[in-house]
Amino acid sequence: MCLGIPGRIIRIDDETRKLATVDISGVKRQVNIACIVSDDHPVKACVGDWVLVHVGFAMSRIDEEEAAQTLKILTELGEAQAEIEAMKRSAAQAGG
Amino acid sequence: MKYVDEFRDGEKARVLISEIEALISSMALPPDRPLYLMEVCGGHTHSIFRYGLEGMLPKQIELVHGPGCPVCVLPMGRVDDCVAIAESPNVIFTTFGDAMRVPGSKKSLLQAKADGADVRMVYSPMDALALAQRNPEREIVFFGLGFETTMPSTALTILQAESEGIRNFSVFCNHITIVPTIKAILDSPGLQLDGFLGPGHVSMVIGTAPYEFIANFYRKPMVVAGFEPLDILQSIWMLLKQIREGRAEVENQYARIVPDEGNNAALHAVSHVYELREFFEWRGLGSIDHSGVRLREAYAHFDAERKFAIPNVRIADPKSCQCGEVLKGAIKPWQCKVFGTSCTPETPLGALMVSSEGACAAYYQYGGQKHQAEVV
Repeated sequence: MCLGIPGRIIRIDDETRKLATVDISGVKRQVNIACIVSDDHPVKACVGDWVLVHVGFAMSRIDEEEAAQTLKILTELGEAQAEIEAMKRSAAQAGG
Repeated sequence: MKYVDEFRDGEKARVLISEIEALISSMALPPDRPLYLMEVCGGHTHSIFRYGLEGMLPKQIELVHGPGCPVCVLPMGRVDDCVAIAESPNVIFTTFGDAMRVPGSKKSLLQAKADGADVRMVYSPMDALALAQRNPEREIVFFGLGFETTMPSTALTILQAESEGIRNFSVFCNHITIVPTIKAILDSPGLQLDGFLGPGHVSMVIGTAPYEFIANFYRKPMVVAGFEPLDILQSIWMLLKQIREGRAEVENQYARIVPDEGNNAALHAVSHVYELREFFEWRGLGSIDHSGVRLREAYAHFDAERKFAIPNVRIADPKSCQCGEVLKGAIKPWQCKVFGTSCTPETPLGALMVSSEGACAAYYQYGGQKHQAEVV
């Protein structure tokens, strides 16, 4: 109930009621999209959006840039660590 | 699965863990005083156990499993109310599956169903509303349950019912709100906590501003966290950095889902349909002021509490259960006297053993036996 599941809006079913069909890992289900619609992002613009679905409601549009940013921090951490490891190894070799 | 698999990368997890170890060793903590970090949300508890994250962390980090499992904190009296409504003539009682096995003082909803009540599991409140449209001669009641994550879905369903003039639908509202609960935890005497993993999906609705008091007034750091293993590890790393640098701030690790300002449309529906109750009763934690919501007068005709005669009796938790101490982080699940003996996921005594998001069920399912063996 609280974890939600990501899916992609593939079709608007009812513009007034803000109902859309979402593909969730191959399972298609009608979902209420009222919470992700705004003046800047009307119902029609929602097709193709990746959303997080909770109990039949799209509760958030997944922000691709933010997702990429979070992963970038993690990748950089890994790269920094690899570099430090390399430095340590080379220092050890130089010392030996 | 997109936006899931990327956050389960084992190599990145190892990097984070060694970063966490490095931070911990730079802190020179006294040996008998670990850092206590509370994950408020039951979804985090579930992920932590599912991926065995606790075992990967240095032993100087103690994760305290907080009260954020709405099924687990549901008091017995409210379950009795559900059963009473479900057993009323002509009712179809609809609920999320998680709530079926929560014990009441006499029976659970599952037992009520076995005894002949028409209790049905639904995935969404919209499914309950559709059931009302298909069965105009029956009374459909939806068991509204959850924190701010699911509150908007019930509100929007009520608004939909109103606009379509559906009158055989009502909600038994047990929605609860997280901020007064965190405050109650912070105010409980003798509590040692060094930081919070903030609830990701509650925050997706309410934003990050409502937590500022935790940093400003209580001087505790909070990181709003996602639910994949890397999200949780990265959030712990961010918390440790704050502690190391002497900062207490609200940070957002889960920005791909959580906008700092929250979800306007959802908050609008919530404030339109609900008002705060003076207090709400929690299993294990007692009564907490302004921690629950009910339907506003304008939507009274959708309020199952007004439509049906409910017992509304406060029932004390079973004496042998120590759910309250576990919820406040005072004891670990396996330190409870009935854990794994008379209280198991098949026959739960306390609610923490019922839902997969409950700390006891998570311990039991993913390694609680090991801890128990250590104790014995």
